[in-house]
Amino acid sequence: MEIIISNSSDVPIYEQIKEQIKVKIISNELKENELLPSIRTLAKDLRCSVITTKNAYEELVKEGYVKNVPSKGFYVAKINVDLALEEQLNKIENFLDKAVHIAIINNVSKKILKNMIDILYEEEK
Amino acid sequence: MDNILEIKNLCKKYDNFELKNISFKLPKGMIMGLIGENGAGKTTTIKAILNIITSYSGDIKIFGLSNKNETIKEDIGIVLDDMFFPEIITPKDINNSMKNIYKNWDSKIFNDYLKKFSLPNKQIKTFSKGMRKKLEIATSLSHHPKLLILDEPTSGLDPIARDEVTNILQKFIENENCSILLSSHNTTDLEHIADYITFINNGEVILSKTTNELLDKYGIVKCTEKEFKDINTKDYIKYKKTKYGYEILVENKKDFKEKYNIKIIDKVTLDELMILMIKGVK
Repeated sequence: MEIIISNSSDVPIYEQIKEQIKVKIISNELKENELLPSIRTLAKDLRCSVITTKNAYEELVKEGYVKNVPSKGFYVAKINVDLALEEQLNKIENFLDKAVHIAIINNVSKKILKNMIDILYEEEK
Repeated sequence: MDNILEIKNLCKKYDNFELKNISFKLPKGMIMGLIGENGAGKTTTIKAILNIITSYSGDIKIFGLSNKNETIKEDIGIVLDDMFFPEIITPKDINNSMKNIYKNWDSKIFNDYLKKFSLPNKQIKTFSKGMRKKLEIATSLSHHPKLLILDEPTSGLDPIARDEVTNILQKFIENENCSILLSSHNTTDLEHIADYITFINNGEVILSKTTNELLDKYGIVKCTEKEFKDINTKDYIKYKKTKYGYEILVENKKDFKEKYNIKIIDKVTLDELMILMIKGVK
């Protein structure tokens, strides 16, 4: 499993870990009932504090992506893929909403905006 | 017992220096970094915890027992900044004498660390500063302690050796019953591995929080004089006027962003936090 942490990002490290594990669960790279690395091993390997990995796992449990089996560890939970995807779509909508807002107040046309998305999409792919 | 170490109202008076009501708790399975200027009281605090200074007051509990209890010593691994083995002994001599001091002394682990740190079996006087530090760390870890108390364990070590040491410390707390208290000026190491930061200034604890809270919430606002004048004094902790503008330490950068229209709010590093807390004004 690959997790890439940026120390200079504004996004807290626990959130970076949480989001990346979440994406792996949604995309089925991490499969249902798969055992995740322990909080302490993950902290050691990512060179971050135990509280950080603990926070990440606790949030994943709260959001239903991971289940905590006491004295055994953290496992990938059975997730509702549609629901998970819905959550991601919501996130995309939020960002786009901001982009549209900035476009409108600066008189940037819909066409230019769409074009921008096309280019960004291709680049990212 | 959720806290491996608990300090309540520790006071110690010297002629020209005083520890004032030092209190903090270190939970099981966690790493706490002690930061502060030279002479702030970090080492005195550590020596009081270890009960190697006299006539201090306050309540110090380790593993739930008083720090004056002799039985706890077996479970504490120590590296002190100003303690060292005699110059003419060798690592092998240390191994032989530690066998008699610690019930749980583990020669195999000790030899493994010597190998890992590439320390030869020669008289200590031939060792560099970094090698001496590594030897101390190896010794502190070789009797299966549950609490490590390290005063400046990485001072004088190069980045590679520091990396090895921080890795060993993280391995140590893979056992969730073990904790580490370490003082350090290498704050980037602490930013990575410490769960808690306790900041001692002038003999007092001025801050004891999780590292995440400090690094994710605190921020440094950078602005012009005009912008600074519009900021309510209760919305920041301290500020520093530089030659070209203002640097302001705020406790919650998100709240600040919502209230003020100031563009530059940087993440704070422990170094900047220390400097602004000590040199900044309010």
